[in-house]
Amino acid sequence: MDFFISSLPQCLMNGLTRGSIYALIAIGFTIIYNSTDILNFAQGEFAMLGGLIAISLASSFHLPLWAAVPGAVAAGVLIGALFEAVTIHPLKSPTVINLIIITIGGSIFFKGAAMLIWGKDSHPLRAFTGTEPIHLGSAAVTPQSLWVWGATLAAVIVLHQFFSRTITGKALRACAHNRTASSLMGINVRWMVLITFALSGGLGALAGVIITPLIFANYQVGTLIGLKGFCAAILGGMGSIYGAVLGGLLIGVLETLFGTHVSSGYMDAFAFVVMLLMLFVRPRGLLGEAAGERA
Amino acid sequence: MRGPKGRGMKKDYVALAAITALVCGLPLFVSNIYYLSVLTIIAIHIILALGLNLVMGYAGQISLGHAAFYGIGAYMSLILTSPRHELTAWLGEFSWMPEFAVAAAGAFQHFTAQHMIAAAAFAAAFTGALALIVGIPTLKLKGHYLAMATLGLGIIIQIVFIEEIALTGGPTGLSVPYFRILGRDLDPNTLSYYYAVWLVVIALTLLAIHLVHSRLGRALRAIRADETAAAASGVPVMRMKLMVFSISAMYASVAGTLYAHYITHVNPSPFGFMFSVKLVTMVVVGGMGSIWGALLGVGLLDVLPQFLTVFEDYEMLIFGAVLIIVMMTAPRGLAGLLDAAWRRAAGERK
Repeated sequence: MDFFISSLPQCLMNGLTRGSIYALIAIGFTIIYNSTDILNFAQGEFAMLGGLIAISLASSFHLPLWAAVPGAVAAGVLIGALFEAVTIHPLKSPTVINLIIITIGGSIFFKGAAMLIWGKDSHPLRAFTGTEPIHLGSAAVTPQSLWVWGATLAAVIVLHQFFSRTITGKALRACAHNRTASSLMGINVRWMVLITFALSGGLGALAGVIITPLIFANYQVGTLIGLKGFCAAILGGMGSIYGAVLGGLLIGVLETLFGTHVSSGYMDAFAFVVMLLMLFVRPRGLLGEAAGERA
Repeated sequence: MRGPKGRGMKKDYVALAAITALVCGLPLFVSNIYYLSVLTIIAIHIILALGLNLVMGYAGQISLGHAAFYGIGAYMSLILTSPRHELTAWLGEFSWMPEFAVAAAGAFQHFTAQHMIAAAAFAAAFTGALALIVGIPTLKLKGHYLAMATLGLGIIIQIVFIEEIALTGGPTGLSVPYFRILGRDLDPNTLSYYYAVWLVVIALTLLAIHLVHSRLGRALRAIRADETAAAASGVPVMRMKLMVFSISAMYASVAGTLYAHYITHVNPSPFGFMFSVKLVTMVVVGGMGSIWGALLGVGLLDVLPQFLTVFEDYEMLIFGAVLIIVMMTAPRGLAGLLDAAWRRAAGERK
């Protein structure tokens, strides 16, 4: 018990960092799912690509980090949009199974492409601002963790403004409510789908870029991050950005506690067990609205 | 009902007979041990695809964790047939486990190590029962949620394979003895294993043909078309879904057993998410809802890489692209394309 209490602050810090990444991925899932009912299995791959692209921009093109990071995020936006435009946009009336398989195909394709471009090795990215840990009480935090928290917070604030203030954001929310009615109101629904993929691509890439200095990046790093981000989205409740954030942070912290105190071997299973329990007991998640036929 | 059912099945019988002849004849032309091994692996994958196709193609329910059932079949075979496997030691670790249960498990293990066919049967029954139990909460979910739940189950089960080192040998795995039947070892490097595996394939294909033409098969198609309508017409939707899920898990378990005794070593890596996806791909590319689609899909995805070894680094890229392109252009897969071509040709003749 003493060890549990004494290690609690450190677990909390590490968990919040992991959780922020899951939260960003979960927001990406949620944004697409909300407006389109598509579950994008390639979401984790956006993070992997973001990290690797930032590495290339910084090392091969010798760009400073302040340019490489936004560059990688922009690349993520572009890849997300392109993916939708090529694979999903042309479809007339796809079934759920078709869509699942197309996005899984996309995920494998991105992994294959990354393996060709960057090889199978892991690549490092320099931390944004030094590596000297900062002591907060009994816990140590790397400056990069602060970047992760800050970037996540900033992303949530920007998204909140986007969805509540801009006309495009409001149109996206309208699509989430009722696509037929939205298109009758003159909203170009198919454009909105493209925009959600672009947004999610950018968010995924952002997650990848900010976490890479802490974990290295290789072509398969995105899969598990993506799937755990999905668990976070389910826990928080599909359809709610704040649910995604809550779910991400909860999974990050609980998973770290579980890994430290119960079993490090089963740590990677933890998020999936939580997701399954949630699906069985309360499919709409912690903050989701009544799901109806979604469940 | 009798008319169309009879005719449909007759066509299936003819196709099955043709395949049987082909399989029996192939070793006359293919003596290279490497090609025989490819054909054996194809056979094992066909069993998996047949089972998964029952769930995906006929019942319209997606499973992204099927590799786990395959793994359970393989590991059950390992545990029950290796003479030196320490199952009792692993069970004894659990303090709540009564001693007589440990002793009974030990005695059972001793029995199955002598009678491997009983081990295989028990593995299938165990896997089927497990699928039934996890299916009760899981199959209530639909669409994306079902996909995610089955995916989660698959990942959790693979982590168990990795972590329960005393039971499974952990990441490096354990070796499996040759399959003994009728007092004779089935050496995987001989033709007898090839024939044994294909015999199972043919038997299970026959079973699948009968299943899809049975009351269960019709109920499943009704569920795929419209679950509410099926329920309204008196189809016990949940029971039918559970039944087919369990049957398909048993198919996977049989494939796992055959795999374990073929490779004679089991480790966790073949039973992960990627293989589950590959299985789904085989079913989808071949054609969901067609027995022969499963065969075509497996054939294509297992044979093509043999010719593409030069492009080994491109395998994943091509694999992903094929998946997307098939789904976009031919959602009913190769079987759907062939069917359409056949109908067109037949139409022109008239």
